[in-house]
Amino acid sequence: MSATGIGAAVRRKEDFRFITGKGQYTDDVTRPGETRAVFVRSPHAHAKIKSIDVSEAKRMPGVIDVLTGTDLAGDKIGNLICGWMIHSKDGSPMKMSPHPALASGKVNHVGDALAVVIAESVALGKDAAEKVKVDYEELPAVVDPAQAKSGPQIHEVAPKNTIYEWSLGDAKATEAAFAAAKHVTKLDFINNRLAPNAMEPRAALAEYDAGTDQLTLWNTSQNPHVARLVISAFVGIAPEHKLRVIAPDVGGGFGSKIFIYPEEVVCLWASRRVRRPVKWTSERTEAFLTDAHGRDHVTHAELALDANGKILALRAHTIANLGAYMSTFSSSVPTYLYATLLSGQYDIPQIYCEVDAVYTNTVPVDAYRGAGRPEATFVVERLVEVAARELGLEPPELRKRNFVKSFPHQTPVIMAYDAGDYNASLKKAMDLADVRGFAKRKREAARHGKLRGLGYSTYIEACGIAPSQAVGSLGAGVGLWESAEVRVNPTGSVEVLTGSHAHGQGHETTFAQLVSERLGIPFENVSIVHGDTDKVQFGMGTYGSRSGAVGMSAIVKALDKVEAKAKKVAAHMLEAAEGDIEFKDGKFTVAGTDKSAAWGDVALNAYIAHKFSGQELEPGLKETSFYDPTNFTFPAGCHICEIEIDRDTGKTEIVNWTAVDDFGTIINPMIVEGQVHGGIAQGVGQALLEGVVYDKDGQLVTGSLMDYSMPHAHDLPSFKVETTETKAPSNPLGIKGCGEAGAIAAPAAVINAITDAIGTEQLAMPATANAVWSALQRATPRAAA
Amino acid sequence: MPSVSMTVNGKPVTGDVEARTLLVQFLRENLRLTGTHVGCDTSQCGACVVHIDGIAGKSCTTLALQCEGAKITTIEGLAEVNGPLHPMQEAFREHHGLQCGFCTPGMIMAALDIVRRKGNDLDEHTIRDQLDGNLCRCTGYHNIVKAIQAGAKAMAKGAPAAQAAE
Repeated sequence: MSATGIGAAVRRKEDFRFITGKGQYTDDVTRPGETRAVFVRSPHAHAKIKSIDVSEAKRMPGVIDVLTGTDLAGDKIGNLICGWMIHSKDGSPMKMSPHPALASGKVNHVGDALAVVIAESVALGKDAAEKVKVDYEELPAVVDPAQAKSGPQIHEVAPKNTIYEWSLGDAKATEAAFAAAKHVTKLDFINNRLAPNAMEPRAALAEYDAGTDQLTLWNTSQNPHVARLVISAFVGIAPEHKLRVIAPDVGGGFGSKIFIYPEEVVCLWASRRVRRPVKWTSERTEAFLTDAHGRDHVTHAELALDANGKILALRAHTIANLGAYMSTFSSSVPTYLYATLLSGQYDIPQIYCEVDAVYTNTVPVDAYRGAGRPEATFVVERLVEVAARELGLEPPELRKRNFVKSFPHQTPVIMAYDAGDYNASLKKAMDLADVRGFAKRKREAARHGKLRGLGYSTYIEACGIAPSQAVGSLGAGVGLWESAEVRVNPTGSVEVLTGSHAHGQGHETTFAQLVSERLGIPFENVSIVHGDTDKVQFGMGTYGSRSGAVGMSAIVKALDKVEAKAKKVAAHMLEAAEGDIEFKDGKFTVAGTDKSAAWGDVALNAYIAHKFSGQELEPGLKETSFYDPTNFTFPAGCHICEIEIDRDTGKTEIVNWTAVDDFGTIINPMIVEGQVHGGIAQGVGQALLEGVVYDKDGQLVTGSLMDYSMPHAHDLPSFKVETTETKAPSNPLGIKGCGEAGAIAAPAAVINAITDAIGTEQLAMPATANAVWSALQRATPRAAA
Repeated sequence: MPSVSMTVNGKPVTGDVEARTLLVQFLRENLRLTGTHVGCDTSQCGACVVHIDGIAGKSCTTLALQCEGAKITTIEGLAEVNGPLHPMQEAFREHHGLQCGFCTPGMIMAALDIVRRKGNDLDEHTIRDQLDGNLCRCTGYHNIVKAIQAGAKAMAKGAPAAQAAE
């Protein structure tokens, strides 16, 4: 392994600009003549807009224009869409409501935008926005997904607020397996609603060039090409070739910046109307009111086991809250990203899952770190842990009896697991967590009046999304391949243009490590270019832990082509047969001789083209690849959480965290560990602290960071993070993906640990001190072991 | 519009601002020092932390006019142009104390204030406790804590850039 090659903990290229304040996030970009957009948002969860009067607002100082949903419709700007078709059990297509970028006629959640002020500054825009007079007729609202079907109908297209009633698996065979079971474990779950809260709020800056009829959008996006496609093809703002989307430095995404939002559409549209650049930067409260939230499932699930603790079947019914409108990929999250993972790491012969997706008068819900897979893992890992307790088995023992042990393994819910060693990660995690010493630690804690608990989560996820044919057959409106272009310059330095997008993942470093190792050139001589539709060929972007498995695989394929072409050039230079050219450590050699050409000489010769005729070989050295994976990848592992609870306050302290993950090949262990740390923190946040709260009228109670509890440094421990490795067979590098694992594994580990300590399973997330204390009053703690 | 004068990163600056203009707006919009970020509206996240007369302060909750005559240091002022990085900046890079980088300037400025108040030998508990005013969504804080611990130690060794712009 070289100091900068695959497997090395190379320090990041991108860090210099971030630690010196030279990052360029969307709000840092300014354009001459820039104006600011301030949105007028509904204060009601559900209301008719009887009238909007913008006349006074238009007269306010510094106001350039005030635009409404009527103006938007008048300009024939189309609706935002959800790009993944789901069909109900009865074969009917999902009920997608219109979603205009500015509401007209009716508002459907608090924060729904209905007008926009374009002003010389944010302050002047805010002053004017207060003068927009809206006459509302309030309507009754529904916020609880479990009540949605009986609540007031929100959209004409969706009776009973039902978007789809979908199922996966064999209902009859599952029922038969349950009938034959010796033991059935039943649990009810609420998977709490979360606000993603990337630290950089969303922002958009749009500029119209009247000379070329060209629009440019700087946007906080995880997938600028997809944004351009949707804004062109569906919203109809401009033809694709007349719209450039640039996603510069992006300050975290976690899913929330995948989606196409009203604000960027409005900025583009307004910039063309007012003929000046228009910028909008979200405030944090606005983010709580408009960024797609995550999770929000109500589930009943059951696990059937035989007398030996062998799992026979699993069934689940889930109500998924998709909020007031269907966000870009919302329909796929509680279906193909959720029910397909209900087999966990286990050999479960029968699984059946029903999912009802509903509208409510809340912010749209879509993918948030893990997206469906944390919800599935929570169901499976809670059921297994509770089943073990009910059967009097040690939780690891029940898991081991049911682990998938041979591969490939076809689950009853679509996924075909291709590689893994679940015993290995469990064993390693138990050793690292010193599970043997737990009983002693628990007794010691009890002497200090503390309750101590241990919880496991042996999770699996499907990443590297995904084979285009497979997702197409499941309803995806796009292919999920990735692209790469490798440009070798005449001096031998290399630019890689990737369709992946980094917003914290460190691609500029890891992708350069791959290129440096493969071509034998210095790491410093490689630049990674991403996030600009004018520079990079079409790409699908970064989400679903796909940039390593899919994005880097595309680079590998392009590098294969570069090497093949470079060998041809070298053959001409060295006057040898192409088949005799060997390439190693940045040098082309004629096999069995000492004749060689350095990488830089070959690159130069490819461009000066003096050693070959253009008829036999094209000049230049630049290759492109579009790589479509052959399967999902299946990262998996074991997280063990050890907690202590103060009996008097119910406050939970995480005292030990052990993570052993199998991510396949690791390019940069430092970056991978960082991804795991961050994922765990978000998962712990869900388990202990975070939860979006609406009151019964649909008012957002947790609308700021004063009310919504994000994990602080003092809420978390340091983590023990290790790995095991089985290579992913479905991509050339053997990478499985690491971005979401922590967030997927952690909630179940935490709740399993707390319930172990307090002796009742009746504990909802977030397990705040109050929730744990209340549960303790109802329960008898399990005796110290 | 009232005028305000202050010293920012060692340079005297003057600007016309509305009375309601926040220090962070003055830094970002008037002076184009965009390393200082805004991540919330309620002084929770700390992405906006700068040093005001040597003490960490949240520039999103400070009016520009309050800083008349003050000495302000932002992330851009920690290391001299083309000079070595401040040891705390270096520690964040070395220990992978950042991912998306958005909270990082505020984290580094807050970290320096922890060192000012608590010294160079910081234990994990102290660092976690003292970071109450700064949020990060990417790192889970694990490597930020390591970075601050290492950065504080390195500062004790008297790296030349340590107090460059203070």
